[in-house]
Amino acid sequence: MTKTYPKASRPSLDNVSVSIEKGEFVFFIGPSGSGKSTIIKMLLHEVAPNKGRVVVNGKDVTSMRSWKRPHFRRSIGCVFQDFRLLPNRTAYENVAFALEVIGKTKAVARRVVPEVLELVGLGGKEHRYPHELSGGEQQRVAVARAFVNRPLILLADEPTGNLDPDTSIEIMRLLDRINRTGTTVVMVTHDSNIVNQMRRRVVEIESGRIVRDQARGVYG
Amino acid sequence: MRVKYVLSEVLVGLWRNVTMTIAMIITMAVSLTMLGASGLMYRQVDDMKDLYYKNIQVSIFLQTDVTDEQRDQMDAKLKADPLVSEVIYVDKAEAYKRFQEMFQDAPDLISAVKEDSLPPSFRIKLNNPEQYKNIYDQYKDTEGVDEIVDQSRLLDKIFNILTAIQNIALAAAIVMAVAALLLVANTIQVAAYSKRREVAVMKLVGASNWFIQAPFVLEAVVAGLIGSLLGLVALIAAKYLLFDGSLKALEGLLSPISWGDIMFIFPLMAGVGGLISAATAWTTLRFYLRV
Repeated sequence: MTKTYPKASRPSLDNVSVSIEKGEFVFFIGPSGSGKSTIIKMLLHEVAPNKGRVVVNGKDVTSMRSWKRPHFRRSIGCVFQDFRLLPNRTAYENVAFALEVIGKTKAVARRVVPEVLELVGLGGKEHRYPHELSGGEQQRVAVARAFVNRPLILLADEPTGNLDPDTSIEIMRLLDRINRTGTTVVMVTHDSNIVNQMRRRVVEIESGRIVRDQARGVYG
Repeated sequence: MRVKYVLSEVLVGLWRNVTMTIAMIITMAVSLTMLGASGLMYRQVDDMKDLYYKNIQVSIFLQTDVTDEQRDQMDAKLKADPLVSEVIYVDKAEAYKRFQEMFQDAPDLISAVKEDSLPPSFRIKLNNPEQYKNIYDQYKDTEGVDEIVDQSRLLDKIFNILTAIQNIALAAAIVMAVAALLLVANTIQVAAYSKRREVAVMKLVGASNWFIQAPFVLEAVVAGLIGSLLGLVALIAAKYLLFDGSLKALEGLLSPISWGDIMFIFPLMAGVGGLISAATAWTTLRFYLRV
């Protein structure tokens, strides 16, 4: 697929073709502006390609109507570099919020949220506010929020970008554990250390083109 | 839970930005009061027209030397005319009698006028009083006709004034509505900004669009409805203080405004207030949240 943003001199993605299997763990690496984030945005149906198709979970979402987007998003979990937690809500409430706004009852939240917070290693810290948690812990809350709805795909856009190396590795262990439950994990990163340690599939992008696609790759 | 969530968000939203909310409600109230007043006047003028025009006549005065033949022709023509609902012929004797009654306080005037000098006339009622002009054009050149006088022309002046007042009220309503609309748009933007984190998360996890928009739209609708209630109060106060108070003397001239009229106009005000607010909020959100 190809994506050219208006006003851009060259395409952000130029004739890129990637296929990711269910249950895979894939790193997208490459310098800033290489087009990695555009891929995430396409998977989220935030932007559409000018040419080519985006197929998620067997469905062509390229020309999906925007009113169908909310429902589509429920099958995808998202984690970002800046956590994106609600500062005036506790860890528990942050995760429960994500469930309640898609129509789940409080009873469901009461059952599921403590479970998922336990899974990400935050048992006992449910009632802390984000500012009372460390960066790594905040990111765990974000992962819990992304995973609580049991999505098919977990997108992680530089999830370790704000964290120190040790904490980063803990987050990676968490993502690995989530991947083992059958969830496809797509992660965009700059962090060579992590890529080298994980030894998973690596897709390297440069100037909108795939320059490497390697199973069990290293950073480069 | 979802309904409860939406409602509590609405209340929180209205309270968070309370000065803006008050400004929004006041402009809305003034605008809707003007709209209501204009609507009431519309009905009022209609009622008055019915009342007055029903009793209005066009008089066709004949020349004093009109022949019987001309008169009979005229009578037949008028009775066959589809515009005319009623024809009364007033002959010279009848005209004199009416003249005597009208000027019974001035015997000098009566004695100065001979019975023979008053013209006979047709007093006709029209099916639609506003078609006077047609009658005038049709009969003014008929032989034997002296003059055609329409009483409704006098009334037209009064109604022109009333219509002008009504239009001014409507114009004021529209101008205030524009101000109210801008305030709603601004309030919704501020509300959306203060909840931008929540909205971003909601979009991310796939909350449906109506669920994201509903609290904002309802916030505007609640303000619009409160505004229309205040407008209702203003109209009731106006009836109480103005029409039943200082303008009581004009009662014979103005047909009274009933409570029923005001109750009838209220749904219109509430509907317009609610719909305009909702539409504005929704449009603002489309641009601002891109949902």
